Amino acid sequence: MDKVTNILIVGVGGQGTLLASKVIGRWAMNAGYDVKVSEVHGMSQRGGSVVTYVRFGPKVFSPLIEKGQADMVLAFEKLEALRWAPYLNEDGIVIANTQEIMPMPVIIGADEYPPDIMERLNTMCKRVLAIDALDMAMQAGNSKAANIVLIGAMAKMMDGDKQSWLDVITQVVPPRTVEINQKAFLKGYETA
Amino acid sequence: MKDLLLGNEALARGAYEAGVRVATAYPGTPSTEITEAMALYPAEEVYVEWSPNEKVALEVAIGASVAGARAMASMKHVGLNVAADPLFTAAYTGVNGGLVIVTADDPGLFSSQNEQDNRLYAQAAHIPMLEPSDSQEAKDFAMMAFELSERFDLPILLRMTTRVSHARGLVEIGERKNIPLKEYKRDINKYVMMPAMAKRRHYSLVERMSRVEAYANECHLNRIEWGDRRIGIITDGIAYQYAKEAMPDASYLKLGMVYPLPAELIKEFAVGVDKLYVIEELEPFIETQVKALGIHAIGKEIFPVVDELNAEIIAKALLGRGFATPEREKLAGQHVPVRPPVMCPGCPHRGVFYVLDKLKLTVTGDIGCYTLGATAPLSAMDLCVCMGASIGSALGMEKARGKEWAHKTVAVIGDSTFIHSGITGLIDMVYNKGTGTVIILDNSTTGMTGHQDHPATGWTIRKEPTYQASLEALAKAAGVNRITVIDPYDMEHMEAVIKEETATDEPSVIIARRPCILLDKKRTYTPYTVDMDKCMGCEICMHLGCPAMENDDGAFVIDVTQCNGCGLCSNLCIFDAIKEADI
Repeated sequence: MDKVTNILIVGVGGQGTLLASKVIGRWAMNAGYDVKVSEVHGMSQRGGSVVTYVRFGPKVFSPLIEKGQADMVLAFEKLEALRWAPYLNEDGIVIANTQEIMPMPVIIGADEYPPDIMERLNTMCKRVLAIDALDMAMQAGNSKAANIVLIGAMAKMMDGDKQSWLDVITQVVPPRTVEINQKAFLKGYETA
Repeated sequence: MKDLLLGNEALARGAYEAGVRVATAYPGTPSTEITEAMALYPAEEVYVEWSPNEKVALEVAIGASVAGARAMASMKHVGLNVAADPLFTAAYTGVNGGLVIVTADDPGLFSSQNEQDNRLYAQAAHIPMLEPSDSQEAKDFAMMAFELSERFDLPILLRMTTRVSHARGLVEIGERKNIPLKEYKRDINKYVMMPAMAKRRHYSLVERMSRVEAYANECHLNRIEWGDRRIGIITDGIAYQYAKEAMPDASYLKLGMVYPLPAELIKEFAVGVDKLYVIEELEPFIETQVKALGIHAIGKEIFPVVDELNAEIIAKALLGRGFATPEREKLAGQHVPVRPPVMCPGCPHRGVFYVLDKLKLTVTGDIGCYTLGATAPLSAMDLCVCMGASIGSALGMEKARGKEWAHKTVAVIGDSTFIHSGITGLIDMVYNKGTGTVIILDNSTTGMTGHQDHPATGWTIRKEPTYQASLEALAKAAGVNRITVIDPYDMEHMEAVIKEETATDEPSVIIARRPCILLDKKRTYTPYTVDMDKCMGCEICMHLGCPAMENDDGAFVIDVTQCNGCGLCSNLCIFDAIKEADI
């Protein structure tokens, strides 16, 4: 790989996007790439729209991904997939959790949750993979493992070696959750 | 060995390897993780503390430095305003053990009340400033800062910005150096800053800084990268990475020491290129100094002074195009509902702001998660300026408009913020015969920055039990006679207390005490659900602004996976339609 791979991980503050970016970052480091992972801390973590930029390749300068640069959007929530899809390049793909979390303007009736997100995503990018990560995580044993289900789907799409991902997950997640997270990973991997 | 570290973690690693013995801080985004990472190193090697505020943090570090230890104080950009008093005079005294002061600036205001550019502090206080542009440099520059501090007898400012602090990158890990304590010698001419001594130290400061100016031209922190000589770019910090992304082939003068600037190196670079640009976030700090050398350069004529930069802004300014095709640009313009941050479901602050809005009070606010009480639908805050400002500004309103105004005004402030700088405001209110009402939102943590302990939690940064400062006793000692502790989940009682206390003609303090919902792990609860047969669609519950509640085309639903069972909505419902769920 001589170019930089750009992945946006997007979601709602509190959904576990930071752990997901840590897994991808470690995987890229183990694979011998230069890596930058840009996180959002502070106020947005309280239920706001959050984005983490993961970039790896022979040499990475900016920690940010610009509009038109992203190879993949890994979305923990549907509306956030729509918000960030314009960052994809012409061949970019979206992996979207089908979970819907209402933002405050929608809750108080000042705006509407778009009913046609999947249709709009399909016109915007080459491939959209929608998965019910929450349900699959619950099947694996804990709804909090939805982030690892999404990583599983992404790993398959990236054509990666399964074991190298499982190894990183073992390193990164708390020891007592390793088994559930590995199961969650495989569920995502097999869906993609 | 390499590791993938946040800029903040890498900085802490650098300080650790450089033999730092004392590390202090008050938490503040984007600086917080520096000191959290420091506390992971053994207590026998590094003393680490959360200080009550940044001024105290710096004073503790100054004392440690004078006593002969390498010491570091870390804070966010606005924290340096609080610590500015010791900062300016520490430049006069200089150091014994190396002294490093970290300022983590927040261009783009991700979690701040302003986006001031603290490079200007370096110039104003005559203190050298280093600015890393990635995690590896954060570690290297931190180590270098201690060396320079001792070499030039000056504190060193280390400037981080959000995108360096909160980006992970590969970092080479080394061993901790054994740096013994330096000998302590009493020296009032150097350390006691009375006018006569301070004037001599001011002359000394000018001399010490002139040596740093000469050093800036030869130090490896500043480097020229010759490329295509038609375009030369002078840049610093994260702007360097954005510029390299947009213009990989140009020539660069990358400044790692942003104050004082290397005049000779700048001149050499300027004559070596056809067209010279200065690319920096926020203020034209480098640009103004480059132009003062009589060099023609282009900077803020084409780059913004507001908000953070990125590669796209630079590409558009220099090349006339970004990274996206015009079709993609058009997609980015489509309407997507915004998702602002909100108080968590079950947040103990929510009920307080619901009541304040209901009573139509004027609310002077403060810095913390509860500042979100200003936003719809709670909409119960009129003013928020800086840490600790709520109480003084409430008193100011009373003094401007009289007691009647005070009867419909409250100041709200968090427990950590009250300790930081609210206590002095309260002392002023009592001393100068104010009659205001102060609500301390005591969630027993520093919430917004990710749950740090403080003097009123009873725990140190290393989770050792310690003396727990009492908010009630502090208020009493300030002279407040009316002090009431309430449970913010009990809105009926809270409303009665607020009405009573705002009506009195003397200062009162209401402590709304309940731990942050994200920390209260021991609490058991049942989520709530809406009985559709009883719900009349009155929407009263929706005024709480709870993210666990949805209006699904007129049907009100509670998401049981999000609900934390605080029961506020159930208490508000006059039709008895919200009940604990059967699960």
